[in-house]
Amino acid sequence: MNIVVRPHGLTWVAGHDHDHDRVATTLSGFWLFMMSDLIIFGLMFATYVTMLTPESFAGGPTPKELFELPGAAMETAALLTSTFTFGMASLAIKYDRRLSKVMLWLLVTLALGVVFLALEAREFTYMLAEGAVPQRSGFLSAFFGLVPLHGAHVTAGVIWLVMMLIQLNRTGLTGPASSRIARLALFWHFLDLIWVGIFSVVYLGGIA
Amino acid sequence: MPAPKTRSREQAYRHDLRGYLTGFFLAALLTITPFALVASGTFSTSATLWVIGVLGLVQIVVHVRYFLHVDLSRQRREELYLMLFSAALVTLMIAGMLWMLFNQHARMM
Amino acid sequence: MSHGFWSLVFGRVDVESLDFLKAFFHPGLNDIILSGAAWVVIFGAAVAAALLTRFRLWGPMWSKWLISVDHKRIGVMYIVLALIMLVRGALEGVVMRAQQSDGLHGGFLSADHFAQLFSTHGTIMIFFMAMPFLTGLINIVVPLQIGARDVSFPMLNSLSLGLTVSGAMLVMISLVIGDFSTGGWSAYPPYTEPNFQPGVGPDYWIWAVTLAGLGSTLTGINFVVTIFRERAPGMSFLRMPIFTWNALCTSLLLVFAMPPLTVAALMLAADRYLGFHFFTNALGGNMMNYANLFWQFGHPEVYILVLPSFGIYGEVISTYSGKRLYGYVTLVIATMAIGFLSFGVWLHHFFTMGQDADVNAIFGIATMVIGIPTGVKVYDWMATMFRGRIRFSVPMVYALAFMVLFVLGGLTGILLANPPVDFQVHNTLFLVAHFHNMLIPGTLFGLFAGYTYWFPKVFGFRLNDRWGYIAAFNWIVGFVLSFMPLYVVGLMGMTRRAVSYTNPAFEPWLHVAGVGAIFITAALVSMCVQLYVSIRDRELTRDIGGDPWDARTLEWATPSPVPAYNFPVIPHIHALDAFAVAKGAGLGYQEPVSYSDIHLPGDTYIGVITAVFGTALGVGLVWYMWWLAWLAFAVIAVSLIARAVLGDRHPVTIPAAEIKRKYRAWLEVVRATAPVTRALEWDYRNHGVAAAEYTKEAAE
Repeated sequence: MNIVVRPHGLTWVAGHDHDHDRVATTLSGFWLFMMSDLIIFGLMFATYVTMLTPESFAGGPTPKELFELPGAAMETAALLTSTFTFGMASLAIKYDRRLSKVMLWLLVTLALGVVFLALEAREFTYMLAEGAVPQRSGFLSAFFGLVPLHGAHVTAGVIWLVMMLIQLNRTGLTGPASSRIARLALFWHFLDLIWVGIFSVVYLGGIA
Repeated sequence: MPAPKTRSREQAYRHDLRGYLTGFFLAALLTITPFALVASGTFSTSATLWVIGVLGLVQIVVHVRYFLHVDLSRQRREELYLMLFSAALVTLMIAGMLWMLFNQHARMM
Repeated sequence: MSHGFWSLVFGRVDVESLDFLKAFFHPGLNDIILSGAAWVVIFGAAVAAALLTRFRLWGPMWSKWLISVDHKRIGVMYIVLALIMLVRGALEGVVMRAQQSDGLHGGFLSADHFAQLFSTHGTIMIFFMAMPFLTGLINIVVPLQIGARDVSFPMLNSLSLGLTVSGAMLVMISLVIGDFSTGGWSAYPPYTEPNFQPGVGPDYWIWAVTLAGLGSTLTGINFVVTIFRERAPGMSFLRMPIFTWNALCTSLLLVFAMPPLTVAALMLAADRYLGFHFFTNALGGNMMNYANLFWQFGHPEVYILVLPSFGIYGEVISTYSGKRLYGYVTLVIATMAIGFLSFGVWLHHFFTMGQDADVNAIFGIATMVIGIPTGVKVYDWMATMFRGRIRFSVPMVYALAFMVLFVLGGLTGILLANPPVDFQVHNTLFLVAHFHNMLIPGTLFGLFAGYTYWFPKVFGFRLNDRWGYIAAFNWIVGFVLSFMPLYVVGLMGMTRRAVSYTNPAFEPWLHVAGVGAIFITAALVSMCVQLYVSIRDRELTRDIGGDPWDARTLEWATPSPVPAYNFPVIPHIHALDAFAVAKGAGLGYQEPVSYSDIHLPGDTYIGVITAVFGTALGVGLVWYMWWLAWLAFAVIAVSLIARAVLGDRHPVTIPAAEIKRKYRAWLEVVRATAPVTRALEWDYRNHGVAAAEYTKEAAE
């Protein structure tokens, strides 16, 4: 005879621990972290826009005087291509599983990231030499708050890429390594996403 | 030796690859267009700004869909809601901020 | 040459900065108080170190607490921090009341000293008392309420605590070396810009708040993911306890509302350290953007402060009415509505800043709208009590005081939401009375209710009731006497943050407020006495059965204190208020069918490292000791990278046999313990096993 006992409230059943969800959990946490970062960038963007007034220029350099299309175009090309090459690395992890291929794509991404940073460093050096320093006006403070903030994030991403390459070299394509690269991928794609905002609002918006 | 790809795996690979390529080309197009527009100066300033803005937003959606893989499928539902919620919040905060600060600016002149 | 060397090593520290010497240079009541505070900190630290050494507690403190990743221990440490800072923050309030009581005659404090007081009072109470207190309670309770073993990111949890502690340390150090900011807890520029305040004050504020804010953001991330992912099987969202719902909303607010503060503070830092022009008067700064950014944080922040208390009240009112919560779903919807709407009202903090009436009107309407879901909650709590079998326990007393006083304060909030009214009372004591009316009966009483309610679960014995009532009485009377007169003087036109005044009509009211401050001091003393008496009498009030209040939610289905792994086996949930339902069917103390090994995360040094070197980083930045700042930053970065590379090196496994043995032993003791009805809830016979008193009704 089958006696069905209706559970009341709660029952204690052994053997149910959530370890298998660990990768998804960590990724969720990273998504949330990215969202908080998104708020920071959003507010930096808005601050920048409110400082496109003559008062904020304070008689100093204006966007039209400062920004040039070719530099911005090259930086954009580098970063957008790097997002694509990271996608190729993700594909290699998912399907190909050959360590050499993964590392190659990551290396190309890293190189493009470094190119981006070099171009940006050159641009900033030029600006500073011209006297377009953040201490000159509110507008320049806002520019140097927003764009180097993005650059700092790219730098962090580059450092992280280097560390991942070292780890892959040592341990190979393990589960934890793939999980980390998934987070780095999220970070890297977001970097390009924010850059879309920057080249649109700062450079194109400034020159148009 | 790479693991032999089964047929469905091969298809899945090609599907994913197409996704990245589509995203890349769309993004490139959505980038080159506003750059070209600004460079040539054919439209008025305000029209150009509108185009830049709209294309920029579209490109962000392209990035989210093709690179971050957040689409309308059930598995990605949580990320979609999170992004929509964050987007709503950030829009509210930026819109309120811009409205208020430009309002104050106008009243100071 | 030696001056160059000195400033390289010690930055801008000089003899003038040493607060404990000030009374010797300028003898007078003002400086005696200043130096006295510095000496209290120095002696306090020395005495604490001496006691730890005398009773050989360094070892256990290190191994059992500082490096622990157990959410319950981390929670307790947060609350200990909060209670210590409460003493300082409340005494600062008392000193300010005393000053204003004597303010017609100039009082006894210098303007500068008074300004530091109101700045530290606000900063401490919000960032280092209320936030740690609620974070601590959320830490202890939420994983237990959702049937989890720990939070999703235990190491991150310890890191958050370390960051909060480092911020608190900076504020404490500011009592000993240098002055704190005189710009209020909101630190508005241009007053906090270097041309008005070149000293260390605003820098202390910036780094204390930035470090603590980062910790809070990470806590928010931790708990959103925990509540989404670690719930026991069967616990759907609509079966979560109301406190967990409020914790979820609070955590989401933490993730999205702390970033504006980080942006505002770091922009101010850029202005101060690097000569930027975000908020300056000259060269194109926009100081109104600071108010905008700060309050985009500040308004959701006040909901962060009050929502956990709303959750506590929900639990407390339901438990002590012996009834399930009325309108659970409406409470959930109201909570999420409040959370979302809280991002749309921030402008009401600066109606007078210069935008036009249309802008003000929209935000005024939004502010009034947000009062509606709160009203829904109050009706739900009242309906929960209706026809319940109410026990006037200490938490219930706080809850009742809350329901009356908070609603009054909320009404003044609706008044303030009207821009024309706000133009009259902005920056007067009316405003000060309003927000204390929200924070004390709202936030603080809730935290005290939660502290009393969950104390036996954490420590295994109940708090002394008599002194609990005395403390509650003193808090309630003290609050009413201290703050109700402030509404009156505010309407009469007295400006806030005024060290002195010239209108004699204010004086009698401020005398009453001064008397209130005496009651608040008595309340603090009562709580200390309560703690002493409770610990002394702990064998009499032992909580053996784990359920001293015949409560409804999952955390009560455990031994007190709770073992490190929380539950012997993760429960399957089949209903809302699952524990109440189980008790109703006579299944309150079940034995698991089988056991399995439990894996727990290992200890971490990250929290301690962050607390120590985060403080060092702050000190280095404040005092321009760049070598210290770089060194501290490097240590923290290397530690985090090392942790990332090495991972958790010592995870713990607890064998099934041991869990089974312990749990069975506990069940044996529980069976030997006499169950008590609610009439004996305060009696010494209550050892945590509830009699099946309401059975069927309680199970509904």
